[in-house]
Amino acid sequence: MEFFLILLLICSFLCLYRVGAGPTPPDRTVAIDILGILMVGFCAILSLYTGKDLYMNVAISWALLAFIGTIALAKYLEGRTFDE
Amino acid sequence: MSDLVMTLLSVGVFFNFAGCIGLIRFPDIYNRLQASTKCVTLGTILILLAIVIHFGWNSISIKAIFCAVFILLTAPAAAHAISRGSHRAGFPLWEGSIMDRYRDDFPQKPRE
Repeated sequence: MEFFLILLLICSFLCLYRVGAGPTPPDRTVAIDILGILMVGFCAILSLYTGKDLYMNVAISWALLAFIGTIALAKYLEGRTFDE
Repeated sequence: MSDLVMTLLSVGVFFNFAGCIGLIRFPDIYNRLQASTKCVTLGTILILLAIVIHFGWNSISIKAIFCAVFILLTAPAAAHAISRGSHRAGFPLWEGSIMDRYRDDFPQKPRE
């Protein structure tokens, strides 16, 4: 079980490498999106490991905030405002 | 912990790892999006399905079902928004790409 958590942490650090070293802004945006979905899976495995309800609440709110943040970054990339 | 739960967890974490390897190794923003978004979505949904099978019917599995449906609905929308925004902003494709149907249909100005 700890093996899965360590592997997901390695995946998260690969995503953080792409956030830091991505040559263009869309690369960083994709890496932030993938990092959000990975953290949902990480909290789910933690909830399976401890049997507690708390981590699934964290996973749900993290999924909502990651989606809203990704949409905001995509609109920023397109160079528009939120009105149109 | 049954064998089915361990198998679903292993396949899910393997798909997550493959998606992150694709995020590192591919040359282009569109290739990276193609590789990573689908793999990571499938892997996370398999992990949540393992939780539902392990816990049966209680509050954790209800939240896992809600989370899986939400990810299945929003991850393709977010990926489409990123690719559309970056193509409209004029970020170039990889030089080995042979086709760009979106530019043929909607000719855009090049990036200044």
